[in-house]
Amino acid sequence: MKKLLRILFVVLVAKPIIVFWLGLTIRHRERLPTRGPAIIAANHNSHLDTVALLSLFPLEDVPNVRPVAAADYFMKPGFMRWFSLNVIGIIPVSRGGVVEGVDPLAECYAALERGEILLIFPEGSRGEPEKMAELKSGISFIAKRFPTVPVIPVFMRGLGKSMGKGTFIPIPFFVDVFIGRPFSWTGEKTSFMDRLREAFAHLQKKVPAQPLE
Amino acid sequence: MTLRMPEPLFAALGLAVTLLVAATIGASVSTRIRRPLRDAEVRLRIRMWWFIVAGFFMALVLDRRLSVVALGLVSFVAFKEFLTLAPTRRADNKVLLWAYLAIPLQYFWAGSGVYGIFSVFIPVYLFLLLPIRMALVGDTHGFLRSVGVIHWGLMTTVFCVSHLAFMLALPDLPGLKNSGVSLLFYLVVLTQLNDTAHYLVNRRFGRHPVLATVRPGLSIEGMAAGIALTTLAGVALAPWFTPFTWAQAVIAGLLIGLFGFLGFVATAAIERDLGVRESGHFLPGHGGLLERLDSLMFSAPLFFHFAYDQFYR
Repeated sequence: MKKLLRILFVVLVAKPIIVFWLGLTIRHRERLPTRGPAIIAANHNSHLDTVALLSLFPLEDVPNVRPVAAADYFMKPGFMRWFSLNVIGIIPVSRGGVVEGVDPLAECYAALERGEILLIFPEGSRGEPEKMAELKSGISFIAKRFPTVPVIPVFMRGLGKSMGKGTFIPIPFFVDVFIGRPFSWTGEKTSFMDRLREAFAHLQKKVPAQPLE
Repeated sequence: MTLRMPEPLFAALGLAVTLLVAATIGASVSTRIRRPLRDAEVRLRIRMWWFIVAGFFMALVLDRRLSVVALGLVSFVAFKEFLTLAPTRRADNKVLLWAYLAIPLQYFWAGSGVYGIFSVFIPVYLFLLLPIRMALVGDTHGFLRSVGVIHWGLMTTVFCVSHLAFMLALPDLPGLKNSGVSLLFYLVVLTQLNDTAHYLVNRRFGRHPVLATVRPGLSIEGMAAGIALTTLAGVALAPWFTPFTWAQAVIAGLLIGLFGFLGFVATAAIERDLGVRESGHFLPGHGGLLERLDSLMFSAPLFFHFAYDQFYR
């Protein structure tokens, strides 16, 4: 049932919005993993980021893709919570590190062990539209625990312009998605985060800038 | 028994399909021999012609309203391309939504052939409505520039292009079956011929540069050859597709040739200003469709009004 909901969401909502209403130019789609375990690290500007990333996968893989999302925002009781868990299929993570001995990332580890694909936004929140914020290091704990799992950096441009923080109707703009080369745990936290930062900086240069004032 | 000649329009489309099949096969063969970059340009042009021919068949065989909708989608994508390349402010998103909503309405007027509202809806009503909506948002920084960008986009990619759709809705003139579709065919063929002649002559024989600050590589030779050929073709094709006398055909050909070229130049100036051309994209979403439409955006309303004033008033 949950699987069906997720596939229906991609067919009826994600694809029409992303492919028709916005319009997507994807480069290096072949670098997208078709099977897990894998970690996709993308820049974050809009709620549409998750929608766009989900729309990139073949339908049968969609239930296997798990966006990692902030529990304090998406787990507020009510429709949002139901929608996030059942339709988007998020893994809720509480921000702010270990509380009462429970590792907030435990569910992420379990998902990778099941062979699922994690979608992570290392910037943490959407922030200023079309600007990259400082990366949070949560992702490095996951990569360290699964040193052979590939990390695929993805840079998207235009979604923050279309539906940035505080707006809820997507305005049509073309969107660029550039998928980077996979890499994995470098053996140490600082160098891993540097590697990720470099990957984003590199992709950012490849994707043509969209003027926004 | 009398032998029925096929209508010129059907004959022309049949011929176009034959040529396109040959061109498609030719292009796929030559890709293996020649350098791929120039072939990408050729293949894009061939693909565009397939779309054009499909649009005309849709109008003639199926339903004109389908072609009107298809042209509306062309405007939608072109407007989106323009706004992706041009600077807008975050505060403009509410205004942009209104601008997008104008597209289905404008094509509704065009498809129903209501000349009055069709010709004033964007230049009068939206022209005034958009800055009002923008002022209500309250952000005055960069206001004039922003409203100018949106107006320009809407006028060129929606208003000008919608004239193609309005031509489909024109009623038949005595002695010319499918008048509207025929006039549209005449316009599209001549505009494309102008572009192609200009492009080829420029490449091969261009010696005397013109407007080099706008687009390097333009030449007087290319411009003159384009306009001359378009006018000649305009006169030659007029008896089959238009009600024009030869003098009217000369004027129509000159209009399409000259203003197609000037439209191309004006669009090039804007591309240059936005820094688009330098990055060399011709993909959809990166100015690809705009590049195909540039001359047509200018020749369409001018040709339309010329024909309309002569035969439909």
